[in-house]
Amino acid sequence: MNFDLSEEQQMLNDSLRRFVTNEYGYEKRGEIISSGTGIDRATWSNFAEMGLLGFSFPEDYDGLGGNAVDTMVVMENFGRGLVVEPYLATVVLAGGLIRDAGNEAQKADILPGIASGERLLALAHYEPGARYNLSHVQTTARKDGDHFQISGQKTTVLHGGQANQLIVSARTSGGVNDESGLSLFLVDSGAKGVKVDDFATHDGHRTADISFSNVTVSAHNLIGTIDEAFPAIEKTVDLGIAALCAEAVGAMEAMNAATLEYIKTRKQFGVPIGKFQVLQHRMADMFIQTEQARTMAILAASEADSDDRANRREAISMAKTLVGQAARYVGQQGVQLHGGMGVTDEMFAAHLFKRLTLINLLFGDADHHLAQVSDGLLAKTA
Amino acid sequence: MDLNYTPEQEAFRAEVRQFLEDNLPDDIRERVQKRLRPDKAMTERWQKILFEKGWGASTWPTEFGGTGWDPIQQIIFEEECALAGAPRQLDFGLRMVGPVIMTFGNDEQKQRFLPGILSGEDWWCQGYSEPGAGSDLASLRTSAKREGDHYIVNGQKTWTTLGQHADWIFCLVRTSTQGKPQQGISFLLIDMNTPGIDVKPIIMLDGEHEINEVYFDNVKVPAENLIGEENQGWTYAKFLLGHERTGLANVGQWKALMKRLKEVARQEQDGQRPLIENTRFRDRLAQLDAELRALELTVLRVLTDKRGPGPQASILKIRGTEIGQQLFEMLMEAGGQDSIAHIPEALELDYNGPRAGSIDATPSAGDYFNMRKLSIFGGSNEIQRNIISQLVLGL
Repeated sequence: MNFDLSEEQQMLNDSLRRFVTNEYGYEKRGEIISSGTGIDRATWSNFAEMGLLGFSFPEDYDGLGGNAVDTMVVMENFGRGLVVEPYLATVVLAGGLIRDAGNEAQKADILPGIASGERLLALAHYEPGARYNLSHVQTTARKDGDHFQISGQKTTVLHGGQANQLIVSARTSGGVNDESGLSLFLVDSGAKGVKVDDFATHDGHRTADISFSNVTVSAHNLIGTIDEAFPAIEKTVDLGIAALCAEAVGAMEAMNAATLEYIKTRKQFGVPIGKFQVLQHRMADMFIQTEQARTMAILAASEADSDDRANRREAISMAKTLVGQAARYVGQQGVQLHGGMGVTDEMFAAHLFKRLTLINLLFGDADHHLAQVSDGLLAKTA
Repeated sequence: MDLNYTPEQEAFRAEVRQFLEDNLPDDIRERVQKRLRPDKAMTERWQKILFEKGWGASTWPTEFGGTGWDPIQQIIFEEECALAGAPRQLDFGLRMVGPVIMTFGNDEQKQRFLPGILSGEDWWCQGYSEPGAGSDLASLRTSAKREGDHYIVNGQKTWTTLGQHADWIFCLVRTSTQGKPQQGISFLLIDMNTPGIDVKPIIMLDGEHEINEVYFDNVKVPAENLIGEENQGWTYAKFLLGHERTGLANVGQWKALMKRLKEVARQEQDGQRPLIENTRFRDRLAQLDAELRALELTVLRVLTDKRGPGPQASILKIRGTEIGQQLFEMLMEAGGQDSIAHIPEALELDYNGPRAGSIDATPSAGDYFNMRKLSIFGGSNEIQRNIISQLVLGL
């Protein structure tokens, strides 16, 4: 057993920590969020130069052959600085899916473009009413000669409005909730019949609802095997969850640091409020929650690349459950300990709280993943 | 012991309900029920309608133009208003400074200030907290120096809710630095149009402008605006906080919100089933429903206690705010990933553009973020627990 980062990972960690501290301050982040796309291209190019955008891609496609633990190091730092660029959407989700399910031509076409920072992709999978059920897909893709026609509605397409291309899941056979019968297609965002409603999110990211109305794509745009996309989708979402867990740990660490600083300096009744035992214990609980979450984020990262479905799924859902609960506790109490300041836009703690809240909601909240673990228990004891 | 409402009380409830059905304007109802951005004109219009009916102040005695209702009637009224989708009346005049003026003000002050509160013509805000005086309110430093028949006020107040609309502010000011900090505080009413007052917005974490900083630079306030005696303001402030805490239980609003949450849980889909069929979500809903019932009855117990609300009022503030926060949290969770979108323009009545998910998802995360204030403002819940441990338990 070894919980240490490798020398390379430690170096990456150090340089990213410097980056978010020195080059991604509160004001700069505010400017990025209020800009048209919500993405700073210079920052994104900087990430490309640092090798971050191709980190988890094979070396043959301009990548560095990294794994989910490397992604964890990146995301934890992004969480610490509340980086809003589409790393999760483009690199972890879309890039991960192309890497794992794409054919040679697709990988050669897409991955170097992501790695260089030129191309942004997004995953369009969730649908209205699906909530967190991954197999609930009503969007259809009908085969028409050597083309497919895609129709349907997608929600929560993270950074969908900024992406050049979308990876769209659609039903090529089976019923609404079936795991079989799903296929993936590469669709240009500007294709005829694609309508994008781009929204800002409460945490400064972007999301989109996207409708597809008889969108025609070539059969070459099919990613992976027809009707058999579900395992790849599920694994990609698991990679996304592992990344979110790491990001949450970074954000919790930043929240604890900000809160600790605040209660040491804020004076009431003639003393720093950190002298009050009730706040000391609260802070201790925030620390405990964060350390438990960190452990689970490590577990999630260690299992996220695994093709052993049952073990991977259990680890990922256990991690998201505890991380979601910790994110809630640390977020709420971080705000509470900041008092009135905690509910103002000018405090970084408020923004950490919002991101932590949304991380719990993304890809299944703590309740959903507890149900997954619980159902798994039933299956094992049956 | 009988937990049922009497036939008279039921008849009263029916009367209130009928009045609301006939008189609550549809646009106001829609704005409130869709949890859209609050609007000054809406609050004023509704107060005027109630005033014309003679129901402007449900908690005031008839002597000052109030309804003279008993606590149970007040609760029934508040609950029916909330369930019908009426906006919350402005607490600052009706529940805070009004009772202080009635109890500690002189006749001239009563005649001068109470009618404007009742009709809604005067918008009041609260000048208590300062940047250095939050939980430790008695350490406040905004000074009022007597010069002839005026006070000259200098300093800064903060967290002034809806101060941007206010005509008047009631302030705690320091008139003496002798003795204990509590002993040199006075209660002063200040016209917001007086030269030297500057109101600066504080943007909250949901992106909304609800609270303000108020700066006082040599503001000249007539001495006749002093309530009661100089240096006795702390007594009046404590009296007021007791009233505020009872109001903070907010049972009527929470019952209306609980009703909505149950509807939302039926409407939102969880794959092939409605969300209400998700047992984990439903169990939490049931738990919260039980807690809200306990709060409702505890409020009635406290309000019907002939000894009046004592430090026990802190229970109501703690439980009321915790339950409210959980209601908003569950509304956000019911919206699932749709709740992440932030569409400020969709908080207006005439919005027709795209939204993520249902109409209930639109305000849900912003409301949840905003409502974190409940356990902080009005005496933080940590301070309330101090009150219980010290004044009730004697620790």
